[in-house]
Amino acid sequence: MKKILCALLCAVMLGSFAAFFAGCGQSAGAGEVNVFCWGDYFAEGQDDLRNVLEEFEKETGIKVNYTTYETNEDLYNMLKSSNVSYDIVVPSEYLISKLIKENLLQEINYDNIPNYKYINDRFKHLDCDPDSKYTVIYQWGVTAMVYDKTKVKNKPKDWDALWDESLKGDILMINNSRDAMAIAMQLCGINPSTCTKEDIDKAAAKLREQKPLLKKYVMDQVFTEMETGQSAIAPYYAGDIAMMMEENEDLDYVLPENGSNLFYDAMCIPTCSKNKENAEKFINFMQKPDVAAENCKYLRYGCANDEAVKLLDEDIRESELTFPPEKYLDKCYVFSNLDDDVYEYMQAQFVKIQAE
Amino acid sequence: MKSKKLAIPYMLWMLVFTMIPLVMIGFTAFTDNSGSFSLSAFADAFQYTNVFLKSLWIALISTIICLIIAYPLAYMISQMKKSTQNTVIMLVMIPMWMNFLLRIYAWVLLLQSGGPLDTLLSAIGIHGNYNNNTVAVIVGMVYEYMPFMLLPIYTVMGKIDVGLIEAAQDLGSNKVAVFRKVIFPLSVPGIISGITMVFVPTASTFVVAQYLGGTDDIMIGDVIDKIFFANNHTGAAISLVLMVFILIFLVLMNLFGDEEAIA
Repeated sequence: MKKILCALLCAVMLGSFAAFFAGCGQSAGAGEVNVFCWGDYFAEGQDDLRNVLEEFEKETGIKVNYTTYETNEDLYNMLKSSNVSYDIVVPSEYLISKLIKENLLQEINYDNIPNYKYINDRFKHLDCDPDSKYTVIYQWGVTAMVYDKTKVKNKPKDWDALWDESLKGDILMINNSRDAMAIAMQLCGINPSTCTKEDIDKAAAKLREQKPLLKKYVMDQVFTEMETGQSAIAPYYAGDIAMMMEENEDLDYVLPENGSNLFYDAMCIPTCSKNKENAEKFINFMQKPDVAAENCKYLRYGCANDEAVKLLDEDIRESELTFPPEKYLDKCYVFSNLDDDVYEYMQAQFVKIQAE
Repeated sequence: MKSKKLAIPYMLWMLVFTMIPLVMIGFTAFTDNSGSFSLSAFADAFQYTNVFLKSLWIALISTIICLIIAYPLAYMISQMKKSTQNTVIMLVMIPMWMNFLLRIYAWVLLLQSGGPLDTLLSAIGIHGNYNNNTVAVIVGMVYEYMPFMLLPIYTVMGKIDVGLIEAAQDLGSNKVAVFRKVIFPLSVPGIISGITMVFVPTASTFVVAQYLGGTDDIMIGDVIDKIFFANNHTGAAISLVLMVFILIFLVLMNLFGDEEAIA
């Protein structure tokens, strides 16, 4: 009996192994689209909104397999070194240029994406994909500052408010090397999109200056910190600031007067895709004006689909956080892909600042 | 023979999920981006010596506090009625059914300004924020890992033969002497495995310090987490150094106690 049980257990174990590896290596059969994307990046019935993924499945009969990653670096590693097959990925601007350079993306057939015509011209020939061959923009946004009116008396104007001695111990800083360094570089008069190691050193010195004034380096924790009035001021992504302001009416925002980082995520089809047509259908569906509007209502990031913007409520359309004025966008910079060793250096310097 | 066959799946498991990853970490740590042998990753790793020391220090303090709290508790529980013992152990375990992150988050809310602790102390005129400092990190660690200290000590104490205690009493030992000569020596294996089970995870943990610590409370686990994105060679080297530190610690513990107690 024991022997049989043992054999059975072994079989189950090996079986699950096999299934596991097969699952990784194989692509889905016909009728599926494997979407590898940031978590929580579609309206899926939250806040009484529509569930756009389900609607896509119903309309086309294509099953959506939605898996998520947390950072662009995770996405890159998956595409680069594991034997996976995804049909849609949604990388950020700096990763897109790197993926194109390394031949990890395939050209999109725009004939299959008629809704591309709704995309605003500003977001058509992206710097990372100047000929518009590989990308369809999904969401965009800028970095901005959120502050608590009860703690910060005068409305801040620029990033230097994050270095304000009078707010010592109440300042939060973004815990992400690229964004933190970019803020410091702007203050040093360096263009963050084309930085060198020397520029990083200067920015690092600026961040070291700031460290004694800080309460904490945060990412997602910024929500509770600001919403419950624990801290005075923090830099973060504008769309998220809009959410925080809904929770706490003492909060207000600043678009730094010298501009900030304009970032965007675009839908791309990686070379490992085995359902390219389904992927194109998916991209097209997401750019249907009513669907794009629904996603924008949920995410509060900028929507690049002009027709969709018309469908939005006035308060979202008028919000400077979701749709910063054109003039402001002209002042913003976009990250480009840094050389590996420069990026590595930046990351290491940022960790060192924190480790000291 | 039979026992060897039974062990095969476990051996395979160990090989695939323990030995191969270890070799890979070692390989990554001793190479550079071009794949050739290099010690530069270790040179980088030692730039974080202060973080290493701080992490080991926090882990040590947390372990000692856990021991101070858990040992008397384990003793008390082992003296209770069997049914009460089960209930109390259950109560210790229940919080562990909840997600680790959620429990840490609860501490953030408890300690923040305007939180319960602050409200309570405000009544006697003390205002403040008790979050974002090293003490908060240690409190979080002790809270998270206390059961890992309690359970092994409790198990060992429960197994102490009552006959030995009675014999000591018959031979004229008072309560203190019984404890010193019988109970304590017999509970040492539990203490050692408890210390191991608390020290090792607290030294290498991340997230706790990120939530409860301030800007200076970065732990080596957080450094590994961050540096791995940029340079997995340095990340692997730091992990390897940490493993060596922990190994040294375990060997030291080994000198004090019974070998079988080491987890």
